[in-house]
Amino acid sequence: MLGILSLITYVPLIGVAVILALRFVGKADNPKTVDAAKWIALITTLATLALSVVLTARFDQANPGFQFVESLPWFAGLHYAMAVDGISVLFVLLTAFLMPICILASWKSIETRVLEYLIAFLILETLVIGVFCAMDLVLFYTFFEFGLVPMFLIIGIWGGKRRVYAAFKFFLYTLLGSVLMLAAILAMISVAHTSSIPELMAYKFAPGLQTWLWLAFFASFAVKMPMWPVHTWLPDAHVEAPTAGSVILAGILLKMGGYGFLRFSLPMFSEASAIFTPLVFALSAIAIVYTSLVAFRQTDIKKLIAYSSVAHMGFVTMGIFSGNAIGVQGAIFQMLSHGVISGALFLCVGVVYDRMHTREIAFYGGLVNRMPWYAAVFMLFTMGNVGLPGTSGFVGEIMTMTGAYHASTWTALVAATGVIFSAVYALSLYRRTVFGEMTNPALAAITDLDMREIIIFTPLILSTLYLGLQPGVVFQITQASVDHLVSAYHAFSGA
Amino acid sequence: MLINLALAYPELLLAVSALVLLVAGAFNPKATDVIGAFAVLSLAGAAAISAFGPHGVAFSGSLKADAAAGYAGVAIYLASAAAIPLGGNWFARKGAPAFEFPVLIVLAALGMGMMVSAGDLIALYIGIELQSLALYVLAAMYRDDLRASEAGLKYFVLGALSSGMLLYGSSLIYGFAGSTRFEDIAAAVHQGAHTGVLFGLIFLMCGLAFKVSAAPFHMWTPDVYEGAPTPVVGFFAGAPKLAAMVLFARVLYECFPGAISQWRQILIILGLTSIAVGAFAGLNQSNLKRLWAYSSIANVGYAILGLAAGTAEGVHAMLVFMVLYIVDVTGFFACLTALSRQGKAMETIEDMAGLFKEQPGIALAMTAFSLSALGLPPFSGFFAKYFVFKAAISLGDPMLTGAAIAGLVGSVVAAFYYLRLLRSMWFEAPTSATDKPPVDAKAIAIGAALFTFPVVLGALHLIDVQASLAAAAFGLK
Repeated sequence: MLGILSLITYVPLIGVAVILALRFVGKADNPKTVDAAKWIALITTLATLALSVVLTARFDQANPGFQFVESLPWFAGLHYAMAVDGISVLFVLLTAFLMPICILASWKSIETRVLEYLIAFLILETLVIGVFCAMDLVLFYTFFEFGLVPMFLIIGIWGGKRRVYAAFKFFLYTLLGSVLMLAAILAMISVAHTSSIPELMAYKFAPGLQTWLWLAFFASFAVKMPMWPVHTWLPDAHVEAPTAGSVILAGILLKMGGYGFLRFSLPMFSEASAIFTPLVFALSAIAIVYTSLVAFRQTDIKKLIAYSSVAHMGFVTMGIFSGNAIGVQGAIFQMLSHGVISGALFLCVGVVYDRMHTREIAFYGGLVNRMPWYAAVFMLFTMGNVGLPGTSGFVGEIMTMTGAYHASTWTALVAATGVIFSAVYALSLYRRTVFGEMTNPALAAITDLDMREIIIFTPLILSTLYLGLQPGVVFQITQASVDHLVSAYHAFSGA
Repeated sequence: MLINLALAYPELLLAVSALVLLVAGAFNPKATDVIGAFAVLSLAGAAAISAFGPHGVAFSGSLKADAAAGYAGVAIYLASAAAIPLGGNWFARKGAPAFEFPVLIVLAALGMGMMVSAGDLIALYIGIELQSLALYVLAAMYRDDLRASEAGLKYFVLGALSSGMLLYGSSLIYGFAGSTRFEDIAAAVHQGAHTGVLFGLIFLMCGLAFKVSAAPFHMWTPDVYEGAPTPVVGFFAGAPKLAAMVLFARVLYECFPGAISQWRQILIILGLTSIAVGAFAGLNQSNLKRLWAYSSIANVGYAILGLAAGTAEGVHAMLVFMVLYIVDVTGFFACLTALSRQGKAMETIEDMAGLFKEQPGIALAMTAFSLSALGLPPFSGFFAKYFVFKAAISLGDPMLTGAAIAGLVGSVVAAFYYLRLLRSMWFEAPTSATDKPPVDAKAIAIGAALFTFPVVLGALHLIDVQASLAAAAFGLK
């Protein structure tokens, strides 16, 4: 039976169909058509958001298992199976939440091939939600892998100067990780004779095989995440992508890596996960410290935020592999919070980029004199990025560090220094762009946030503060599933 | 053994209709459209008979009308039927209409039909030769083009060489096993035949590897693909490969099931070499026909890996793979057939610049075919690869598993050239306006693209089941 999950997943495709019809019936360059298409995209994404809110509201928080299960036989023993649990449901909500913001953020800044742009975003939304809902390995892989294509086009068509390079790098890097995962998927189906994710979570693979499978999945998710040292595609992709592309990339696509670790690596390859935990800890700690230092040296605002994303994802991997409830909860929270904050930061960059068409830090300075509202908004999200208590950034960091402290004190200690480094680069970025005297005459005419931008930022500001002050709303939803995951992990891994 | 003609109805229908159409054409050479229409009809009829006709063995075991022959027959005849309007109209547009074109396609289809139902070495050879001779002529048929003549000649000379190897191998096998029938050969191998039989097998495999253009017997492919008329390439990059792969399976599984450990290594090496050559040699190509030649070499490598499993699952994977691949390649060359700028065919990656702005439908179709050939879900090419690699990995043989992983990594290398095509079509600005594409080519291209996604998601039910039945015909476990 098909249900609400399929509905949420495919509603964006209805928007695609309507826009396609517009594209082939009317003239693509006609401003009226373009406006209509924008509204259609916005309404579609808002409808998806509404459905996701309904989904979250109807979600049974006490049930640790999968809910809203749909399953139809496909071919060759595969199933079209969808379901969510406490781990995935909030990612669906996050995706649906960020998408209308992305559409709004692109309202004016995208001027060429607008219809195709909107179509790419809507398809991407379907695919990302599909990734979080898919309960069949091959179905999961289908959504996961095809997500490369719209992102490739978004970077390559609407990106900056080195867009082609960045798009190719993004695609090939991720593809290489994914095909190794595909090999592992095929091996799993061959051995376990099922492709159902819930069944595989209960299946126990032989320890030797687990090691290989874990490594193959790790290859894919570590690239996606991205973890040091396979993170180098991310800064390029971010710098070249249009603003909304960066928001999606940092806000949602990176989370697919963390989600993958939680869905596959921990429950299915528990023993191997326990064995490789030191490796993940080491890579996470390096990521946190090293990329924070690298971020400090950047001259491009977007690149700086991109490196800060890598550092923050280091907290996530650390939390996940701490293997205890507080660490895993913290990792999920950190992913959600980072989705909102990094998305907002990229939007902040987009605001000044739309006006000045440069992202050089040195170009700016003294923006507070002309853009007080912007300065306030940017300040809030900078603080969120640093992890100031009261913002959502704080909760995730403190919990992942607590979780890691139980598992490995040294890792937590090193990660804690990363918090200081993040304050260094984030505050210095803020000081150099916003504070000080406005010395660059080109900036004299810069305008503050307009109505559209205020509308975009309002939900982000509210959710950052709300999650920071009331993190319990997230934990209520994730609690049951995470406890279940962690106890199963300990039972299997013997840790 | 009784002669049951009903088993050979598809072949007989094609043979008769080819001869009748040839005579009709000789009397009325202008009637190319009518002849083409009748050719399509007879191919469709042959496909229907293959699908629903009786199964059995005829002509003292030379002809095996089993599920495998039926499955491959349907795909081959339908692909051949699609080639007729595509190519016929192309020749007409070039001012060189030829009634021989549909007749040759029917003859080639007849040869392929014989190949997939061959039960002894003689039928094998006759089928291959009939098919190949028709293809040589098709490649060189556009006489006004020097490159086409060159392609035809190259194809012929190298094809003759491979036929020689096939014949030599067959004669060795016959000499040492004492029979041309596959079953008798299998029995002889089972009883421990002379090493000479294995020598024969290797020659036979070389000949067949040439026909499917597996590396290192692939040298003819890029040149022939580049030179031959585009719709003709679309035809002989698809169906004949399936026919040769099925024949490959017949030879290996029906004659030499006892020598699996010997031929498996050869297949793994053939497969891996093909994937590597297809991936790396394609990187530097800008001519799309050459590029697709390398792509087809790589794809045949995947199919061979499925065959190397030596299980029913492996044959099943190969059969599914080849059918999905035929649709892909037919559609891609239909796109190339449809495209031109100011009357000049668009053949290079650079020519495709800004295609999405000019011809969004065809650009989308080509994107689908590229991504499908790359093996990206949810396109048909992914499911094709899924079956092949699953068959290779589930065997649990370390060498084959390693080969499968290497093959997957090879597909990442190949991804680079498909992405180059995407870049050209999507990221760049058009240089000049394209001509209005001919309706037939565009229809076939869009139809095939819709098959690669989303029709395939439903069609796989059918293909999967039919291929399982066909694979069961080989009597493997």
